[in-house]
Amino acid sequence: MSRAKKYRILFTSCLYISAFTFGGGFVIIPLMRKRFVENLKWLEEKEMMDLAAIAQSSPGAIAVNAAILTGYKIGGVAGAMLAMLATVLPPMIIIGIISFFYVAFRENVVVNAVLKGMQAGVAAVICDVVIRMGTGVCKEKNVLFVLIMAAAFVLTFFLDVNVVYIILGCIALSVIVFFVKMGIRKKKANTSDKICIEEQERKDRATEEGAEKNPVEGSARADREGSGEEQEEEK
Amino acid sequence: MIYLELLWVFIQVGLFSIGGGYAAIPIIQSHVVEAKGWLTMTDFTDLITIAEMTPGPIAINSATFVGIQVAGIAGGIVATIGCIIPSAIIVSLLAFLYFRFRSLSFVKDTLAILRPAIVALIASAGIGILIFSFWGEDGFTTDVTALNIVSVIIFFSAVFVLRKFKTNPIFVMLGSGVLGAVFYLLL
Repeated sequence: MSRAKKYRILFTSCLYISAFTFGGGFVIIPLMRKRFVENLKWLEEKEMMDLAAIAQSSPGAIAVNAAILTGYKIGGVAGAMLAMLATVLPPMIIIGIISFFYVAFRENVVVNAVLKGMQAGVAAVICDVVIRMGTGVCKEKNVLFVLIMAAAFVLTFFLDVNVVYIILGCIALSVIVFFVKMGIRKKKANTSDKICIEEQERKDRATEEGAEKNPVEGSARADREGSGEEQEEEK
Repeated sequence: MIYLELLWVFIQVGLFSIGGGYAAIPIIQSHVVEAKGWLTMTDFTDLITIAEMTPGPIAINSATFVGIQVAGIAGGIVATIGCIIPSAIIVSLLAFLYFRFRSLSFVKDTLAILRPAIVALIASAGIGILIFSFWGEDGFTTDVTALNIVSVIIFFSAVFVLRKFKTNPIFVMLGSGVLGAVFYLLL
């Protein structure tokens, strides 16, 4: 396949997927999987899973991040920028059109009543998301996670601490946890860095094998393993 | 200059909305509604409603919307670019690292720690919207007469439908809109 044709298919695919991803978020992953893994076979199944994980854990919109990652794999930095542009254009154009009519739209009595009803609907949708994500966090049975959740809520809701500081605080905490884990690993290996790295590689491989059999369980197991180590350190 | 201000605010939105989707809501609220006053709380909830119902991520939709409201088409473009700059840089770098080294353990650990905090941030923003929808601009009071009964009814029926039948949020919001029209216009 020629380079130009590849870029064209990448661009139109991303444009199309983005135009039909309502509500944003993780919805885009299954659509991209269908197109790039099943139809075009440009990505492997496991690669797509990893890309989804990176897209979710990086700053910014998941859809945009996933497009950048896919584009990068297919066409390097140029491919990444092309995929990003294709993903951003449809929502930008649609919202652009809507926002020009917004003021006239808002003053309409019927529209006003509908939007007022929808406000309660939005609150309900967010409430549902929070319940689902919150029970997910609690199910991991990790005291640290529950504490983080409670602390973050008190800080932002009652004490009005800026969201940015809370996220920066969490990133700082994860750096500390990372070094603590490294320290423990070193103690366990009890010798040089080389063994430490080998052990890490072995661990990664084991996790990967587990992930292939059962992706969700695999990563959950890795998390649990990690949290076990943290608790050891706390003692 | 307004364009630089827009660019800077939305670079922050792009940089700190980790976890996608609803994670952008608390950051947009704190910057655009509370700090800058570019949108009222009514505009903001409308914005989320519109973002839910149109294709594309909430962060991108908000950037375009706020940009155009504040400084026209150029503003919309500047804000949207600001919103994707952090992704473009950080994710390209991660893509390079991933395809070179295939190691994700640090990213995974960071995500595990951020997730509970992000749930809390979304909860906090959600309660803000809930209070606004129940009591209006003045905020929470213990006065029962200030409570908007229609909103309360719609909210609880919507939560029930979402939890019980796992309905697509778009349909729930359309339903809420229809209920709103029926209650406010006919009763």
